[in-house]
Amino acid sequence: MFGLNKKDSALLLLVAILTMLAPFILNPFPSDSGLAQFNAGYPDLMQRFVIFGIFAIGFNILFGLTGYLSFGHAAFLGVGSYSAVWMFKLLSMNIIPAIVLSVAIAGLFALVIGYVSLRRTGIYFSILTLAFAQMSFALAYSVLTPITNGETGLQLSLDDPRILDSANTSGSLPVTSLFGLEMRSSFDLVVGPWSFTFSVGYYICAIAMLLAFYLSIRIFRSPFGMMLRAIKSNQQRLNYTGLNPKPYTLAAFVISGMYAGLAGGLLASMDPLAGAERMQWTASGEVVLMTILGGVGTLIGPVLGAGLIKYFENIFSKINDTVLHGWFGILPDGIEDFLVSIIHPFVGKGWHLTLGIIFMLVVTFLPGGLVEGGQRIARLFRSKKKTDGADAAKTEPAE
Amino acid sequence: MGILEVKGVNKRFGGLQALGDVNLSVKENSVHAIIGPNGAGKSTLLNCLVGKLIPDTGSVMFDGQSVLGRKPHEINQMGISRVFQTPEIFGDLTVMENMMIPCFASRDGAFRMHAVENMMAEKDIVERAEKMLEDMNMADKRHMHSASMSRGDKRRLEIGMCLAQEPKLLLLDEPTAGMARADTNNTIDLLKQISDERDITIAIIEHDMHVVFSLANRITVLAQGTPLVEDDPENIKGNPKVREAYLGETA
Repeated sequence: MFGLNKKDSALLLLVAILTMLAPFILNPFPSDSGLAQFNAGYPDLMQRFVIFGIFAIGFNILFGLTGYLSFGHAAFLGVGSYSAVWMFKLLSMNIIPAIVLSVAIAGLFALVIGYVSLRRTGIYFSILTLAFAQMSFALAYSVLTPITNGETGLQLSLDDPRILDSANTSGSLPVTSLFGLEMRSSFDLVVGPWSFTFSVGYYICAIAMLLAFYLSIRIFRSPFGMMLRAIKSNQQRLNYTGLNPKPYTLAAFVISGMYAGLAGGLLASMDPLAGAERMQWTASGEVVLMTILGGVGTLIGPVLGAGLIKYFENIFSKINDTVLHGWFGILPDGIEDFLVSIIHPFVGKGWHLTLGIIFMLVVTFLPGGLVEGGQRIARLFRSKKKTDGADAAKTEPAE
Repeated sequence: MGILEVKGVNKRFGGLQALGDVNLSVKENSVHAIIGPNGAGKSTLLNCLVGKLIPDTGSVMFDGQSVLGRKPHEINQMGISRVFQTPEIFGDLTVMENMMIPCFASRDGAFRMHAVENMMAEKDIVERAEKMLEDMNMADKRHMHSASMSRGDKRRLEIGMCLAQEPKLLLLDEPTAGMARADTNNTIDLLKQISDERDITIAIIEHDMHVVFSLANRITVLAQGTPLVEDDPENIKGNPKVREAYLGETA
């Protein structure tokens, strides 16, 4: 299918089904039950899942294939967001030109930063990218205020030119759209106690992620992808095989920067504002965590990692003491307070602590990330089936 | 005029004169061995030939062109392939992928972006790599993870990867160092076969006299950074200067 082998096609199909059915899958609990707060099927969060999935897929093309660890990828995400918002201000509320510009500008940025940073390898490369990202952050926050609107963040306003759109007479801010199809419009499907929301914005992002995922599979299986893996494996041999590693790594860097730009452009398309904090080093660190958590160098890993981290950030962080008391309310007061005080540091504002513990456990016991975990479980089942099969074969003649 | 001409090469590391006025001429289609005691400057000389080091003075001409100032991958594209002392292969890749990379390098040059084509759909590359694996008797190992092979097999793969580029000159840096006797003999046979069957010049740096005298048809003896003699193997064995400098009591 689409020039992929059987295994990759199956993976692509699986991801397509999961993303298309996400509003159902992520909303397993009836909306009036106590577990409803674990539902993640609301448009804003689902959009984040797939947008950060795109970000992590792109990051993995650089880090997973070449082994160059960039600590500055959030800069490209931020640049993408700013470009998109400027397009909404100046040209049109249509998301297509905005996203095209975000990808192009992020790619240009990546070309410049990559050209300089890739003169060094290993930790020095990481530090250089970190320095560039922090410089971009500082510029966006202060010096470049005319372009970025400083700490307030870049926002739409009523008197923006928007030369392609018809004059806005409604008196309220216009909304982003795809040829008239509004991003924020959605449709609620109520089945008994369940309620599922289908949002236009989410499906646009999901399609973008599927395309991004498909392209990443093609890159992984291409001669270019093999060269990138060869760079990670042995640069010395590559040099003495008549190949120049530099343009290969630079190309990978630019491609992953463009993925980040696409993610930034989509973020702005869903919610047309851009702030400098999107470029901060914590945001760069987050994508590293996503990739490692999911599985470095695997196709699906980064998407899983992005989903897990965003789930924690949005769902775990909402479990506060009141919710905990609600859960343990039937227990005697002393035990209730004791349990709440034990769980308290790990939920609500302390969700980072839980994430940190999970990260530690994954890195220690599953160096290949969640994907390795999945593979181990699959292998366990397969070997069980095989021994079962062998037993069956043995017992058969006796019967 | 040889295919490789080294003239008046000097290289100094601080106070140490690693190479002093080295002249060397490697004839086309010969097997030229460079021998010498530890610290004689053999590896330094080799690194000057492949672009890893730049000599302070002197010239290195390959096939009528200077190699000085060129990067390793450019020198390789001119037709010089190098085999390392410890096999340098792509350990994370399969044997087949290892073999495909030099095939791509010789077809497409130092950089070509084909990011959406399917690697296995490149018929000519796949065929070339498979033929080379068969020549190296490694076809049955093609799906193996190359890092998990024995040292002898890694060496065989590395030589195969170099040959896949169809180089004019193959440089070998102690190709049998640290190998078991059987592996050493296999490597000797392989190299003999290569020099007989292919239109190729081989320059070899080696400690093991058994290897040198079974392969070389020309020998240069290096001592303290300067060539002592250059002659045929029979004359080298009997040369008193060489005995004194290198072979010593073992000869």
